[in-house]
Amino acid sequence: MDIFLIVLGAILTNNILLTTFLGICPFIGVSGEYASASGMGMAVIFVLTMTLPANWLIKHFILDPLGVSYLSLIVYIVTIAFLVQVVEMFMKRFLPALYSSLGIFLPLITVNCAILGGVLFAIATWNLGFMESVAYGFGGGVGWALAIILMAAIRERLRFAPIPEGLKGPGIALIIAGLMAMSFVGFSGMINIRDFGG
Amino acid sequence: MAEAIQIQKASAPAIPLTQRLPKTKGWKELVRDIWDDNPTFRMILAMCPTMGATNMAINGMAQGLATLIATVASSATVAALRTIIPAEVRLPAYMIIIAFWVTIVDIFLRAYLPPLSAALGPYVPLIITNCFVLGRAEAFASQNSPGLSALDALGVGLGFTMSLTLLGIVRELLGFGSLFGIQIFSGWTPWVIMIIPAGAFLLVGLYVGIVKHFSPGGQIGGGA
Repeated sequence: MDIFLIVLGAILTNNILLTTFLGICPFIGVSGEYASASGMGMAVIFVLTMTLPANWLIKHFILDPLGVSYLSLIVYIVTIAFLVQVVEMFMKRFLPALYSSLGIFLPLITVNCAILGGVLFAIATWNLGFMESVAYGFGGGVGWALAIILMAAIRERLRFAPIPEGLKGPGIALIIAGLMAMSFVGFSGMINIRDFGG
Repeated sequence: MAEAIQIQKASAPAIPLTQRLPKTKGWKELVRDIWDDNPTFRMILAMCPTMGATNMAINGMAQGLATLIATVASSATVAALRTIIPAEVRLPAYMIIIAFWVTIVDIFLRAYLPPLSAALGPYVPLIITNCFVLGRAEAFASQNSPGLSALDALGVGLGFTMSLTLLGIVRELLGFGSLFGIQIFSGWTPWVIMIIPAGAFLLVGLYVGIVKHFSPGGQIGGGA
């Protein structure tokens, strides 16, 4: 039950993009087209679900016992870069169709702050357990994908709308994101992931 | 030939620094990075800390300065090591250099300014994935001397600090009625929207629009 609540909370109440501002650069940059937005969303779900448990294990079985938690940031980012590389090689070999549809987005995920941010929130700030971290990783990825897909759909509709010259492109995208964030405020208070932390 | 050039150099009249400075390469880089290529409002880079850490003016400024220090140090290090790092593994190497400097900034903040560190939360460690820190390392520092790279990073950092402080000032003024913690409006009804995430998105969107409207030059585009 807890796991289900965390997944739901990560998607709606603690949406990684609209409430903690993580991964906004690709959210603005890649949301121009529906197809690339959903590709990016899938890639984030994939990588976030893999990196959270991996970094959880590293923190609890390597960094904490050795007392070298000051190295955590360096270790986390190297783990993320390494996992992205592994995921990329794995997909190329076994899922070539998905691999070619994701294209350049997969390597770019290393510098997507949603990944490192998700790790820092779940493991460092909230101190979630192992299964809770997995759930938060998956839910956070789905929440991010949901936000970027919604955004891409809205932007496709706006293509021929009479937008003031200065606001065209990123300006209007940010304002739409603001309106989306406002609607997500309606979910706030329902579930708080912080309560599941230790 | 070399002698002739040297003689010419020596006999050139001394130009006062105030006139000479705007013409130097470093100065041009600095100005271009602060305004024409402003990371926040022009390039739409580094949006996470731009929104997450600007609910108060002081937080925005602190986040900007932390990023500035990390960028300058990383760029100078990358430039100093640019001949040693093999091209194939340069991106992982840059990430480790950046993570190293960000860890130092984070530990420093936690030790000497704990309230500020608590207010910024994970946005200080997240400087590692700040697009323009890696961007400056890859685009500029990998091909230039440490001094010029540090100057280039300083320009980007100053532009970023300026943008974040501007956002923080407006959000704090409307959201709390205060400025840098000093109450400006008495009996102010706080605009809750300016404190919650939605206000950050709306405000950055408006800033981007205003900058583009009044100064259409430069590059506006989404990064990754």
